[in-house]
Amino acid sequence: MSVIKTENISYIYSDGTPFRKVAVDNVNIEINEGELVGVIGHTGSGKSTLIQHFNGLLKPSEGKVFIDSEELWADKSRLKAIRCKVGLVFQYPEYQLFEETVYKDIAFGPKNMGLDDAEIDKRIRDTARLVGISEEMLGKSPFELSGGQKRRVAIAGVMAMEPKVLILDEPTAGLDPKGRNQILSLIKEYHEEKGNTVLLVSHSMEDVAKVATKILVMNSGRLFCYDTPDEVFRRAKELEEIGLAVPQITRVFNRLKAEGISVPDNVYTVDRAEEVLLSMLKQGGEADD
Amino acid sequence: MIKDITIGQYFPGKSVIHRLDPRMKLLLTTLYIVMLFVADGFLGLAAGFIFLLFAFFISRIPLTLMIKSIKPIIPIMIFTGILNILFIDTGTVLFEWWAVKITTGGLKTSAFMIIRIICLICGTSLLTYTTSPIMLTDAIERVLSPLKKIKLPVHELAMMMTIALRFIPTLIEETDKIMSAQKARGADFETGSLINRAKALVPVLIPLFVSAFRRAEELALAMECRCYHGGEGRTRMKQLSLGVNDYAALGITVAFLVLVIVVNIFTVI
Amino acid sequence: MESNAGRIIEIKNVSFSYVNEVAEPPVKTQVISNLSLDINRGEFVAVLGHNGSGKSTLAKMINGINLPENGDVVVDGMNTKDESRLLDIRQTVGMVFQNPDNQIVATIVEEDVAFALENMGVEPKEIRRRVDEALKTVGMYEYREHAPHKLSGGQKQRIAIAGVIAMNPECIVLDEPTAMLDPNGRQEVMKTIKRLNEEQNITIVLITHYMDEAAQAKRVVVVDDGKIIIDDVPKKVFSQVELLKSRGLDVPQVTELAYRLRQDGIDIGSEIINEDECVSALLGLLKK
Repeated sequence: MSVIKTENISYIYSDGTPFRKVAVDNVNIEINEGELVGVIGHTGSGKSTLIQHFNGLLKPSEGKVFIDSEELWADKSRLKAIRCKVGLVFQYPEYQLFEETVYKDIAFGPKNMGLDDAEIDKRIRDTARLVGISEEMLGKSPFELSGGQKRRVAIAGVMAMEPKVLILDEPTAGLDPKGRNQILSLIKEYHEEKGNTVLLVSHSMEDVAKVATKILVMNSGRLFCYDTPDEVFRRAKELEEIGLAVPQITRVFNRLKAEGISVPDNVYTVDRAEEVLLSMLKQGGEADD
Repeated sequence: MIKDITIGQYFPGKSVIHRLDPRMKLLLTTLYIVMLFVADGFLGLAAGFIFLLFAFFISRIPLTLMIKSIKPIIPIMIFTGILNILFIDTGTVLFEWWAVKITTGGLKTSAFMIIRIICLICGTSLLTYTTSPIMLTDAIERVLSPLKKIKLPVHELAMMMTIALRFIPTLIEETDKIMSAQKARGADFETGSLINRAKALVPVLIPLFVSAFRRAEELALAMECRCYHGGEGRTRMKQLSLGVNDYAALGITVAFLVLVIVVNIFTVI
Repeated sequence: MESNAGRIIEIKNVSFSYVNEVAEPPVKTQVISNLSLDINRGEFVAVLGHNGSGKSTLAKMINGINLPENGDVVVDGMNTKDESRLLDIRQTVGMVFQNPDNQIVATIVEEDVAFALENMGVEPKEIRRRVDEALKTVGMYEYREHAPHKLSGGQKQRIAIAGVIAMNPECIVLDEPTAMLDPNGRQEVMKTIKRLNEEQNITIVLITHYMDEAAQAKRVVVVDDGKIIIDDVPKKVFSQVELLKSRGLDVPQVTELAYRLRQDGIDIGSEIINEDECVSALLGLLKK
């Protein structure tokens, strides 16, 4: 069943002025429950504008958005309730922390939903464990934490709202490799444990390739494709034509193929590459796809 | 959207007025204000008004912009008008009821005052429409620089203004982002009582201040790395220099001022 | 200007620690301990390390923002402790920081590039000349009259670089200049940095945690826990996959693949750091 569905949505900035810009152009998409979708596209491709439609921060200039089969802008009084179903974590979310303690900051979202204290407390401890925030840290001021810890607290603040869909915009931006890996694996864990839908917006194909079950590619406001990583990376050439870098490992395999070696065209992680090469080298023959 | 707010009222253009030295424009505006206050009759005011029209015409500022600049002061104009009508009782009485007495003198004075205010606002708006904030800051720094001798921190004030102008758009954008982020966490800025709405701003203001301080710290560091050590021994890339246009503009303005004074003398006689 | 070979930066046995005075009792954290590093004129050095490894603190020591507790930092013969030479030191070593928004002072691009020169008291005509030249070097001349806040991250960062090269520095230290940029912005900045090093022979110290960027340098220094743990050419550095991973760092995907294949008993070289090398090594194996 689809949890997010759009019907011909378009979004136009500054309509009627010389600065008119079509940021999202007639996008139709249906995202099923339980997917972990990697959203890619370069700056200005419309991917950030698109995701802001999914929780009603932006109203489409044309077209309709359905969340959990309910039309988003049909009844304005339902907006807040629907918004709670779709949690959105912005870029550099640590800059939204404001409470005295980590505990209170994570509580902000659940409190706004009108939950009772016992439920709020349960959810805070639950998400804190999931993102790796210790009991001791909960009592600290968020401003005392390290960059990576702050980021995890901010993400926990949205996760604690237990949205059906969690959208993260560039959650690893500006972090070092260790921080990046921590965030990626906590997203993967959250997805596996809760089974909820997750949308991960990223510039890094390598990151997306590591975790996504589906990939959504945006290009100049339009939906370029929405498919499984296998199918998307099969189109590596086209992706490079629209200015997106495919994972380094995929480029290596495409070049091997160009040299006349028969390799499968769906290699996009180091794990898979290792597996394919081992079977080829050990059998001394061609790999089975 | 808060993003749409423009800073200052600058309307970019390449007219003669736009290209005048900002220091000269400050001087001309001052002379124009003097002109308006020296004029003590409709004829003198008319001279000032013609000067304004003339400047407005060559600046190529759209009329709608000019009208927009008058809008906010309409209440003040009405207030001044009513005050003058009520309290001046020279000339013939046109209407009298209880303590209210309307005379021709009152009407005349109030009309005079309103026209003067309009001229004043339009004239100063013309300055801000045709001069970028940064040019104005520059001009003010240079015009005030003799005051450095009496220990007025002219350079520091101008530097602060420059940085403020530079960071206002950045902070507005940031406010927008933080508000969206808190909205996504269920914050409500639109409904509820005034107190509740004020409270709802706390989650926006705290992160905004924290980030402003962080920015200030990083900016100070970057400035230090680029050899900033106050105004002492500092030079400027853009030298302001007065050209033919500036002197011509000064000449015309002075001519109008003299005209107004002459008109005054003759109407007195 | 003389550009004799030899050392531009000498860091001799330096230590540095931050004191958190808010905590009760005050907590002292050692960030750099007894570290030595020499950088030669015209070198392109990448400094790698995870967040909190002390690499930013080290960068700020090079132009006298941080003064060492022990030891000395000498820039082109000037000790950073000598306050009378501070402005000369900052002219010799320019700094570019991570956040492009927080290092642009003026509301017009060219005014910002002129900022350092105005501070140095350079003649207006000379400022104009150098500003134009610097803007052309970074490829931003057409944008000289734009407002910086309307530019992309990569463009802003190039403006910041122009503001530094206008000072005619011998060396530029860049503290994670690409961390906040998108892939296109990162590429723009990396190209600019490489050009400055190759064409103008400016010494580059690039602090980063992106391995692909470090791989473009001629020398890589890995800092961990305030000490230098590796100092070598990129190939030799990246071949130490286990050591790097244990210090919270990453290696390029191709390096990782070669490393794993070696672990699996495949005979593949240990110095593969880019695509070309990986493809040719694999071709060699597969075409046997």
